[in-house]
Amino acid sequence: MISDEIWRRLTELTPARIALGRTGSGLPTHQAMKFALAHAQARDAVHTPLAPDEITAGLDTLGLPHLTVSSRAVLRHSYLLRPDLGRRLEAAGREAIAAQRATSGVDIALVIADGLSARAAHAHAIAVTGALLPYIQQNAWSLGPVVVVSQGRVAIGDEIGALLGARLVLVMIGERPGLSSPDSLGIYLTFAPKPGRTDGERNCLSNIHGAGMSANEAAFKAAWLMREAFSRRLTGVTLKDESGVYLSDGRDPEAPGLPPASIDH
Amino acid sequence: MSYRHAIGTRAYVFDSLRVLMAKATPIRSGDQLAGLAAESAEEGVAARMALADVPLSTFLNELVVPYEEDEVTRLIMDTHDVAAFKPIASLTVGAFRDWLLSEEATSERLAAIAPGVTPEMAAAVCKLMRNQDLIAVARRCRIVTRFRNTIGLPGTMAVRLQPNHPSDDLRGIAASIADGLAYGCGDAVIGINPVSDNMQVLSDILKMLDELITRLAIPTQGCVLTHVTSSIELINRGVPVDLVFQSVAGTEAANKSFGADLAILREGLDAGRSLKRGTIGDNVMYFETGQGSALSAGAHHDVDQQTLEARAYAVCRAFEPLLVNTVVGFIGPEYLYDGKQIVRAGLEDHFCGKLMGVPLGCDICYTNHAEADQDDMDTLLTLLGAAGVSYIMGIPGADDVMLNYQSTSFHDQLYIRDVLGLKRAPEFEAWLAAQGITGAGGRLVAPAQALRLLGPLAEIAQ
Repeated sequence: MISDEIWRRLTELTPARIALGRTGSGLPTHQAMKFALAHAQARDAVHTPLAPDEITAGLDTLGLPHLTVSSRAVLRHSYLLRPDLGRRLEAAGREAIAAQRATSGVDIALVIADGLSARAAHAHAIAVTGALLPYIQQNAWSLGPVVVVSQGRVAIGDEIGALLGARLVLVMIGERPGLSSPDSLGIYLTFAPKPGRTDGERNCLSNIHGAGMSANEAAFKAAWLMREAFSRRLTGVTLKDESGVYLSDGRDPEAPGLPPASIDH
Repeated sequence: MSYRHAIGTRAYVFDSLRVLMAKATPIRSGDQLAGLAAESAEEGVAARMALADVPLSTFLNELVVPYEEDEVTRLIMDTHDVAAFKPIASLTVGAFRDWLLSEEATSERLAAIAPGVTPEMAAAVCKLMRNQDLIAVARRCRIVTRFRNTIGLPGTMAVRLQPNHPSDDLRGIAASIADGLAYGCGDAVIGINPVSDNMQVLSDILKMLDELITRLAIPTQGCVLTHVTSSIELINRGVPVDLVFQSVAGTEAANKSFGADLAILREGLDAGRSLKRGTIGDNVMYFETGQGSALSAGAHHDVDQQTLEARAYAVCRAFEPLLVNTVVGFIGPEYLYDGKQIVRAGLEDHFCGKLMGVPLGCDICYTNHAEADQDDMDTLLTLLGAAGVSYIMGIPGADDVMLNYQSTSFHDQLYIRDVLGLKRAPEFEAWLAAQGITGAGGRLVAPAQALRLLGPLAEIAQ
């Protein structure tokens, strides 16, 4: 049927659950069962623990020094009910990071955390880090050791950044698993990190996964934002992502390259 | 001042109205996280008994968040309508509950007192009410708003069509819009949460929405749910913006954490109205809220999350919004642990908003790290349908592939319309019938009829 063909083509344009059909007002049985399975898998993803070795092996390959630490949330149950614990380092990690501080600090602290989906960190954090490196080298930005965090939340980057004396912290963290994307990674950028920063003082790139934003595009946007952050000495709602202006003039987001130095606001 | 209530030989003492309100709140994880919750079930009831005896006028004298420190408190106090308050001025919180449930409290009288009800009064009486009380009273509150159609008429419920896409792909967004329109969704708004805050991307989505709504002559409005400052900038650049969106909360400091304040919201309202894009009304603001956001920002002033949520509606109320919805289960289990807490909070939020005269809808939702599932959403949808909710969300298959949470689906809104006989906004209902999407009684006809939309949609999305 022509209509079936049109709906089939539409379903290829989006991962959203469109054209499911209906029986009365309800979902057909096979769709109801598919939904139940996806929910079961997302529930399981929330409770999968971080495997730091998977991340650090990738960092070794990239030639980046690293540290593995934990937040103050010991069990997954307390991580879920006590976000304050996930925002602070446990004592040993705090000391280990402080011991690595360079005398004059660093430009960027990179943090990789499990957040609500260790699967996202396992799947995408190394690819994003690798894609960031050409920009970091091109701009001669100095890096601290990459800090890998178990049971971490976004704001733990503030404490890590402050301990390393970083001018900016970039946190890669697993986002809450969705039914269609149990492995979605987010990037949070915070200028002048210190405990107490608010979400309005961060810039965020989200939906980095197979069907969402690619690692290369995420790195391009993050590099654009970091350059702006350093030049304007801030991140947050007053810093808008206008990197697309440079993508639309023919620049290839899949190839490293920076926007022109002079930027008109 | 302090409040007390004796149960047997035990005297429970509460140091302030703020403490009393927190202890009187039905148990939820967010108040426990903040260290504010009642420590025993008996203490919770003692607090409710003490709260029932507090005169409503006390809330005008003892402030839970200091006037000097917080512009939301100043807004609440400085705009309090003394004349509207007069009919209930002599009541205690308990007597207010009795009055609300009585036949005295008609839709007209409820509308008349709304500007005199502060969020703290609404929150206080809410804490004494069971779920059925919250439904019975909210059902009688009528709040009607207009932009290109009429939302909130008795016997109607609107739906926000939420066609999000994980990389803001215009064709992908259009595909979800086509499916949603074919299910008769979209009268509240066609509203997209963008992944990006890139101005070019936001502008492209808004232009597509504008072309779609104009070419198909759909009596509805579009919205890209981006920060209010971005919407103002887009308006300045000449981009067609129907509704100006912002997430808001119940304290100045929490709003600051969203990068917003009352002055910038006022700018957003003025910018939105300056375009004069509404055909039958100028309600141009769209707000989202949710219990726990202030605590999440460390901006809760040791006030319980349900009271702060009601204060967010005072912020909304000042800007004559078209739409306000609590995103009730989005924030996660540290604030609302399970289905029971989410259901209760959804009914509380809807009741408090409606009692204050705010057009409350609800994103009936949960995340995958909460102890909840679609059965809990069915329960809350059915209860809110009975309570007269202004609108709900319509998301393909209930699965938001961008925000990674589950809400209500195109199918779910059909279910509740069938069960409760709820109509759409009348202008939109007439448009669906004219398109042949719906037939007798507003029921969907064969799916193929909706295909007439697909040609123009596919073209627009190119």
